[in-house]
Amino acid sequence: MRSRIRHWRTEMVAHLDMPLLVIVLLLMGMGLITVYSATSSSGLSRLDNQMVNMAVAFVIMLAVAQTAPQKLMRFAFPIYLIGLALLIGVAGFGVVVNGSRRWLSLGFIRIQPSEIMKIAMPLMLAWYFHKNESLINLKHFAIATVILLLPIGLILKQPDLGTSLLVGAAGFFVIFFAGLPWKIMLGLTAAGGAALPFVWNMLHDYQRRRILTLIDPTSDPLGAGYHIIQSTIAIGSGGPFGKGWLNGTQTHLDFIPEKHTDFIFAVLSEEWGLLGNGILLALFLCLVGRGLMIAAAAPTLFSRLLAASISLVLFIYAFVNMGMVSGILPVVGVPLPFISYGGTALVTLMIGVGILMSIHTHRMLVKK
Amino acid sequence: MNDFQHSQQEISRFRRRALLAGFGALALFSLLFARFFYLQVVLHEYYSTRAESNRISLVPIVPNRGNITDRNGVVLARNYSAFTLEITPSKTNGLEATINALAEIIDIQPKDRRRFKKQLEESKSFESIPIRVRLTDEEVARFAARRYQFPGVEINARLFRQYPEGALAAHAIGYISRINKDDEAWIAQKSDEDKLAHTTNYKGTEHIGKIGVERFYEFELHGGAGYEQLEVDKVGRAVRVLTQTLSTPGKNLTLTLDSNLQRMAEAAFGERRGSMVALDPNDGSVLALVSNPAFDPNLFVDGIRFDDWEDLNHNPDKPMLNRAINSAYAPGSTFKPLMALAALTQGKRDTHYTIADPGYFNFGGRRFMDDKVGGHGSVDMLKSIIVSCNTYYYNLANDLGIDAIARFMAQLGLGSRTGIDIPGESVGVLPSPEWKARYFTKREQQKWFPGETISVGIGQGYNNYTPLQMAHALANILNYGRVFPPHLVSHITDPGTGEIKRVATEPVRQIPLKTEHVDFIKQAMAGVNKQGTGARAFAGAPYESGGKTGTAQVIGQRNTAHLKNVRLRDNSWFIAFAPVDKPQIVVAVLVENGGFGAASAAPIARQVFDYYLLGKASTSPAPEGIASADEGNTEDEEEGGHDHALTD
Repeated sequence: MRSRIRHWRTEMVAHLDMPLLVIVLLLMGMGLITVYSATSSSGLSRLDNQMVNMAVAFVIMLAVAQTAPQKLMRFAFPIYLIGLALLIGVAGFGVVVNGSRRWLSLGFIRIQPSEIMKIAMPLMLAWYFHKNESLINLKHFAIATVILLLPIGLILKQPDLGTSLLVGAAGFFVIFFAGLPWKIMLGLTAAGGAALPFVWNMLHDYQRRRILTLIDPTSDPLGAGYHIIQSTIAIGSGGPFGKGWLNGTQTHLDFIPEKHTDFIFAVLSEEWGLLGNGILLALFLCLVGRGLMIAAAAPTLFSRLLAASISLVLFIYAFVNMGMVSGILPVVGVPLPFISYGGTALVTLMIGVGILMSIHTHRMLVKK
Repeated sequence: MNDFQHSQQEISRFRRRALLAGFGALALFSLLFARFFYLQVVLHEYYSTRAESNRISLVPIVPNRGNITDRNGVVLARNYSAFTLEITPSKTNGLEATINALAEIIDIQPKDRRRFKKQLEESKSFESIPIRVRLTDEEVARFAARRYQFPGVEINARLFRQYPEGALAAHAIGYISRINKDDEAWIAQKSDEDKLAHTTNYKGTEHIGKIGVERFYEFELHGGAGYEQLEVDKVGRAVRVLTQTLSTPGKNLTLTLDSNLQRMAEAAFGERRGSMVALDPNDGSVLALVSNPAFDPNLFVDGIRFDDWEDLNHNPDKPMLNRAINSAYAPGSTFKPLMALAALTQGKRDTHYTIADPGYFNFGGRRFMDDKVGGHGSVDMLKSIIVSCNTYYYNLANDLGIDAIARFMAQLGLGSRTGIDIPGESVGVLPSPEWKARYFTKREQQKWFPGETISVGIGQGYNNYTPLQMAHALANILNYGRVFPPHLVSHITDPGTGEIKRVATEPVRQIPLKTEHVDFIKQAMAGVNKQGTGARAFAGAPYESGGKTGTAQVIGQRNTAHLKNVRLRDNSWFIAFAPVDKPQIVVAVLVENGGFGAASAAPIARQVFDYYLLGKASTSPAPEGIASADEGNTEDEEEGGHDHALTD
């Protein structure tokens, strides 16, 4: 009995990637400190919740890390199908919250199927390319594009710009690493540029406003521009070394909107300054770099594509969030990975990290 | 083999792309870092300021307004502390519910709610706004017992303006009331001239002087606002006080006014409409400034009630009109000593020049009448003033000509503002061909007719002066031409430093007058009070005084038919001074529709002189009212310029 536990424990540790683990724990630590600062004025319940969220996400990560990539591959198609079905369900019977139809009520619990797609999409596409490994041609890229655009169309329709961006990025990176020819990419970019006016026409009013106020936030200082103005003030007033933990005036006097979720970076930035931002950027860069190293060392096409996609989606996550809070990207509702308060996104992220660990720690088994 | 090769190719392409992606991520993160550097290092100072102004709110501390006292220290305007019930809207649990609950324990009228609502719209939600002012002790106690039920409601002691003497000298003191748009514009305009007046200095101030001394010395009385730096959150709730700068209290004004004299003079007017200005000729001090009827300035302090405002505005007696400085009247015969002095000064007459008065003066085919049928006989200058002979002045005016008259009267100060330290002074009308050309728009009306000069000679025609102008002109004569601008404020005291600033008492200009001419006019006016039209009013006075009565037609009011009996009566004037050898007091008294000056206005001057010079109430018979003035027609009253040729 005891030896079995010991064995189980050794197995557990064997499937952890130490660099990834350290980076993620450091990020979550920064997250807890910042969530504390952003929420302590209204009690400690948010902090407690976030610790539970982190514990749950961590356990899920451990479980995923134990699961061999071959097993994950088997789930790829079914999860994608389920995710797609649920998205269609959302379009049909979804619950409207804040003007967006994103949630599906299953009676006892409400789920957000677009969140599933963040993992299901790279899984599905990586599996698809892996299945057709030695004979990938343009037809496969075309089909992959369809696989990508179906759910994205549904998510855009909800509307949820942030999630469609992340799901789109996840899928695109798989296609990119599968060898999409540069010519086609350039051609598509050119076509996309030409299609921009049409896309503009398809955007919802609030999405257009977000883009317009990005260009000039002061044009609507009390409305849509308010968020960006206040978060920029928070960042700028933080200075090189910050105002110190719990000393951010923009934070503690409530000037920062969504300060514990999407705009938490402004809190961190105000209190820890350029120094804190530099450390955060370095940690994210290490995370992405480690992910890409794992991808480069991965033995199968499936695991390579999956690992590379997940790594770059983590990057996109961080970049888009910090970009929007500091006023160089539109406000699209993407949380800051591992830092922002909230369980759902964290679980998805940790599943991603778990997959990276799984890919890395199972590579020898495949070679054998 | 082929498969393997393919696989190798695929892997190396993958690694190339992964490396590319890695560098791409690095590049984009560098971009972010550059952005952070720009915001946090390059623009750090700018954003720090923005963050500070976000969190810091400056709440002004309103200074205490200065007090106003009379020359003897009697308080005419002060502040008193009273309890107010105040609500800070952002701290309550529902504003409407709070007010309704408060109304159950404290008397809150609909007008209180209206005023609260109005102020609420003008202020920020973290400022406390009074819902009730001047709570009784009982109400304070009732609220104190239940204050825990009312978050955001508190009792504060605030300062209120009070005029303890009520309507006394109301037109001179003025009043304060809520600041309106016009006042704001005025403050902004004055900001360029006076540092204290800066608009920011008035941020927390609710009241401002509207008229009188309260207005003229507004920026002295107001003081300098202090500031409290509060840290506020997004919704403006005060989190804590950061710094505090105390306010500098406003300066105290000491008036030249003698409130006892003022009270006595107002009482002498009784119900009659009119005005009196008493000056100290030696320095231009205003000893009393009466405009009757007056109003109670206390009504305005909290925002005047609608009914009160209607009463004041629609009262036919116009209590809000400051008759002393803003209402001009034809001077009638009080103009004659001035005309005589003009003739002497310009060498057109010597004192011995004598005319034979047939009772009329023929000019340009018209006959200008004297009051006394058959005339006064042989009249020299002294007699012309004592008996108020019209014919003498018809003749004199004709010899002087309108230009010379206008030039001399302008030197005396007529037709221009005296410079008294309350706003709203009227310039009156000093008639001249230039004035007529300026005043009338129709060409046929712009021409000056020689006949008009004749009427001007006896203080009729277009002549129109305020009582203040007449008193000022007389004071200038008695001073042998030294001109002191009349002033109500004697000195301004800084309550903090004790520093005293005197209002200038130096003459501002010199009118070229000859001593012997002035002395002659003084003697002639003394003669009026001894044996002329002022003799009855000054009978038995233990001091020597000089005066001149006047009775002036009311021209403008012919059409007010329903008021005919009273309001068309002549205005009654009396200008006087005492003692003759060394004058200490000059008065100009005007009683609207008072009839003959000797009967109506002169007795008021007598009472004032008795009081001022002897320090006691008058020994003369009670001033005769309008009823007795009617009898004047039958008496041998050598008065009035009934020049029907002119007014037809």
